[in-house]
Amino acid sequence: MALSREQIAQRVAQELKDGYYVNLGIGIPTLVANYVPQDIEVMLQSENGLLGMGQFPTEEEIDADLINAGKQTVTMATGASVFDSAESFAMIRGGHVDLTVLGAFEVDVNGNIASYMIPGKLIKGMGGAMDLVAGADNIIVTMTHASKHGVSKLLNNCSLPLTGKGCIKKVLTDLAFIEIKEGKFHLLERAPGVSVEEIIKLTEGELVVTGDIPEMNF
Amino acid sequence: MAGFDKVVSSYEEAMAGLTDNMTVIAGGFGLCGIPENLISEIKRKGTKGLTLVSNNCGVDDFGLGVLLSDRQIKKIVASYVGENAEFERQMMAGELEVELTPQGTLAEKMRAGGAGIPAFYTATGVGTPVAEGKDERTFNGRQYILEEAITGDFAIVKAWKADRYGNLVFRKTARNFNPMAATAGKITVVEVEEIVEVGELDPDQIHTPGIYVDRLIQGTFEKRIEQRTVRPSSAQGAK
Repeated sequence: MALSREQIAQRVAQELKDGYYVNLGIGIPTLVANYVPQDIEVMLQSENGLLGMGQFPTEEEIDADLINAGKQTVTMATGASVFDSAESFAMIRGGHVDLTVLGAFEVDVNGNIASYMIPGKLIKGMGGAMDLVAGADNIIVTMTHASKHGVSKLLNNCSLPLTGKGCIKKVLTDLAFIEIKEGKFHLLERAPGVSVEEIIKLTEGELVVTGDIPEMNF
Repeated sequence: MAGFDKVVSSYEEAMAGLTDNMTVIAGGFGLCGIPENLISEIKRKGTKGLTLVSNNCGVDDFGLGVLLSDRQIKKIVASYVGENAEFERQMMAGELEVELTPQGTLAEKMRAGGAGIPAFYTATGVGTPVAEGKDERTFNGRQYILEEAITGDFAIVKAWKADRYGNLVFRKTARNFNPMAATAGKITVVEVEEIVEVGELDPDQIHTPGIYVDRLIQGTFEKRIEQRTVRPSSAQGAK
């Protein structure tokens, strides 16, 4: 079975390490915050200027001056700090964030990512995504493996305008956990009950399969 | 105006001198920390042909979005503009020029503009449409593009508190682009929730020194929330 949004978030959360500063993008990446393992501490960075993002506020706690990068009302965790946008992107661009998780429309075998624009259809802008992919060494892209019509999103060459070039090394889809290196996709894990053949069929770019591919553990 | 006292008595006075075709830099992220009343004053004045530099462009009936209905904006430099139907319509119809700029690059362009640095190299946007027409250079084996600083004829800023000298304190994530915007205007106009007497603010706690501020006014704010997300009160207690 393909992973649910929650399961994708759950699997990403397994990549979190104690002491990590993490930036979570909008959508599925945001859900990762719900699955931080109990025995570790991570601090969430929100690029509008908050390090140490807490959970959503109660009705009584709502503060219009305290939002996350998705413009949602949030709270601050104990030990949080706030700062301006230049400072926030100094952290991001300067490589101080340990892990970035963000969504995408397409990725390709060269680690290119397209996530911000569909010409003629969706022209909302890149927000902080270009800075995030340029600044982070450790990035996990979360996305569906293929469109509803079975068209692969893991390509030889991205067809949409790029958000970043050669910067993506790990992709977690609803079907597979994939590493990108040396111009190829490498299959690391598969979703429970999803066969290697199904994944190959829905992956346009070359997919290297070495030995038995384990199922993801939850 | 006496000495360093920056306080003006009306919004009309605050935005005096803004004329057609000027560039205005605005603080704010989404609807958080936006200079609501200064925007309203620009709408009231009816100034046209403006180039606006702001991370976002408000929503249809609030924030910078209110300047769209009377076609006051000629061009906008922003990182994310998706929350506004009229914006999309004007952009698609070619009535509004849009320069999409990565958020961190936009912040740095303002910061550099205010700091007297004409341009800077960044890896953000290399190999993307953002890099088109820009100088590229390699440092330590990595490619970077040259991005130019931004300054404005006016900067409009929202802070939480100020003293009469224009020393500013921001609150939580309403700070966002405001401190950079404050440095990058030829005329920087700031509106705040509270003006206190000089000497009341702890110098160690001031985010933006008054040297950047030309005009200061106290206003009242709606502070509209874009995405009201809550958890039930019973779930309280977790960090």
